[in-house]
Amino acid sequence: MLNNILLAINITLMYSAPLIFAALGGVITQRSGVDNIGIEGMMTIGAFVATAVGYFTGSPWLGFLIGGLAGAAMAVLHAVASIHLQGNQTISGVAINFIGLGLALFLSRLFFDGATQTQPVPKKLPKILSLLGMDTSNLTINAINIDITVPLAILLTVAMWFFLYKTKWGLRVLACGEHPAAADSLGVNIYVIRYVCCILSGLLAGFGGAAMTLAVVSNFSPTVISGHGFIALAAVIFGKWTPQGALRACLLFGFAQAMVVMLGGMEYIPSQLLAMLPYVLTMVVLVLFVGRSEAPKANGTPYRKGER
Amino acid sequence: MKKTKLLSTILAMVLVAGMLAACGGTPETPSSTAPAETAPSAEPAEEPADDAAPADGAFSAALVTDVGGINDQSFNQSAWEGMQRLESDKGVKVSFLESKKDADYAPNLAKVTDDAPDIVWGIGFLMKDALAAAAESNPDQRYALVDDVFEDGQYPNAIGVQFQAEQSSFLVGYIAAHKTETNHVGFLLGMESPVMDRFKYGYEAGVRYGAKELGKEIQYDFALAESFSDTAKGKAMAQKMYTDGADVIFHAAGQTGSGAIEAAKEMNKMVIGVDLDQNFLAPDNVITSALKNVGNAVYDITGRIMDGEELGGTNVTMGLAEGGVGIAPSSDKHLSAELLAQVDELQQKIIDGEIVVPYTQEDFDAFVANL
Repeated sequence: MLNNILLAINITLMYSAPLIFAALGGVITQRSGVDNIGIEGMMTIGAFVATAVGYFTGSPWLGFLIGGLAGAAMAVLHAVASIHLQGNQTISGVAINFIGLGLALFLSRLFFDGATQTQPVPKKLPKILSLLGMDTSNLTINAINIDITVPLAILLTVAMWFFLYKTKWGLRVLACGEHPAAADSLGVNIYVIRYVCCILSGLLAGFGGAAMTLAVVSNFSPTVISGHGFIALAAVIFGKWTPQGALRACLLFGFAQAMVVMLGGMEYIPSQLLAMLPYVLTMVVLVLFVGRSEAPKANGTPYRKGER
Repeated sequence: MKKTKLLSTILAMVLVAGMLAACGGTPETPSSTAPAETAPSAEPAEEPADDAAPADGAFSAALVTDVGGINDQSFNQSAWEGMQRLESDKGVKVSFLESKKDADYAPNLAKVTDDAPDIVWGIGFLMKDALAAAAESNPDQRYALVDDVFEDGQYPNAIGVQFQAEQSSFLVGYIAAHKTETNHVGFLLGMESPVMDRFKYGYEAGVRYGAKELGKEIQYDFALAESFSDTAKGKAMAQKMYTDGADVIFHAAGQTGSGAIEAAKEMNKMVIGVDLDQNFLAPDNVITSALKNVGNAVYDITGRIMDGEELGGTNVTMGLAEGGVGIAPSSDKHLSAELLAQVDELQQKIIDGEIVVPYTQEDFDAFVANL
């Protein structure tokens, strides 16, 4: 019983970690006023590049880092299209989603003998207790042994909260997303801030993908990122565009998934109902506890200097 | 308002992503060890003239992949290997067309039909509707569909090919019963459907049969993921079963099942792969795999048609006897020669019809009652 409760917490965290990275990416870019629907595509490319680098170099950390950078590279495309060229951000984001998956599969075929599924990486990102050298064959220890990506994601959430609400630069990002013209008039460079935030979101989404393929599983396959980016975006809205809110939303979603797993196999609960649980739970919480959530005012609108 | 729009966009994207995800294939290593049949070809092999109608008399076969593509390490790749064997053994003129998305099936089938090959292969049940429509509008073209069936005689020019996955599942269930040390095994199912029921009942029947033979009581856990693509969920469900005491899990869940293999690797337990030899995913943990040899089916059935057999309007069933299903060649890494010999014996009993493996609830209940 105790093992099962611990395992439920473990599964919650395992499920949430990749989502938290991606959701933080969503928060930072939308807070600066650039909508990024392309998180999914950036996660996918991050997931693939992370696996490929991890496989060929044998270093999961290098894979994780470069996976993030690959996501950032995709975000550069989005940033140029939506900030510099002032294009429609939804369309650009959708395009990124297609490019992300397509490119990942293309590269996979190139590097893995035409296969869309990569070989497993020789070394995964460590789990914290294994890192301490504890014996993981014990079921209790195994149940509390979480991926290193979990504390990392939580740490990043705290860092982003601090950055957004306690630093001068954070305030500028927020202003940029609410009323760029006002911020501009005070000498804030809107373009630089938006570029940085948008690329940062790609980096974080790439980390999210890498957390999936280097911690949760150990290889890339075409469906390894299937909807995670969109769930992360939903978590951004759910969490009222704050890092801590997004974290909570991701944890809630992970918890609901853990419930599905823990309650599964019981004869008297139809599995179809169980599969609906995460979504129903999300809606119930949304209606009962979250209340009104408002997007940054300038989110999704390209900024044209001098325009009112 | 903006928020609603954003939300609806996101929801729409989730739907699309879900659809795309669901189309992903299961991984497979090229492991076709087909019986080297050398039936005489009906027509002599000749230099193909061009891509157009085979006026030169060489038998021609075209393959349309599902979204997995030709190198998917799964059904498509296996099917294409079967085609290549046809080319080298029997001089069949072969070609393939890859589908990039579900919407490609109909145009791709139409495109290959334009060349009027002797047979058009559609790989995967995802293509069923498109293939049925093509068969209806081109009554003179012969079609065959892997992994699904048509009603008998519904399309006189279409052949459905199904696999007796319950037989291979039975064998791995038997192996699980022998290998478990905790007397507790698990099964992870992707989704429920008549095709998937073959795995489910076949495996459990195998476990029960093995338990009976060994005279022990084996606890059987069942988990339904409702997904073929959610790897994290598969991993979590396997972790749960392992934590509850199971030490062998068989998965029939596509990419969801890769998560089960991952869990086995992390917790150092045993797991059984599906469709292809999945040992490469976790060499120390995947003790065997229940194979579906699509390549053998393509090779076999095309050969039968070349020999003049008229299969249109019927469904062909590929079981252990036909080499359509079986256990992975890598099984000897983890299974003792003794156990493998027992499995061979069991396999022969199934081929001889001495054991009829159940694949419906009713048959399963009857099977267990008769043990």
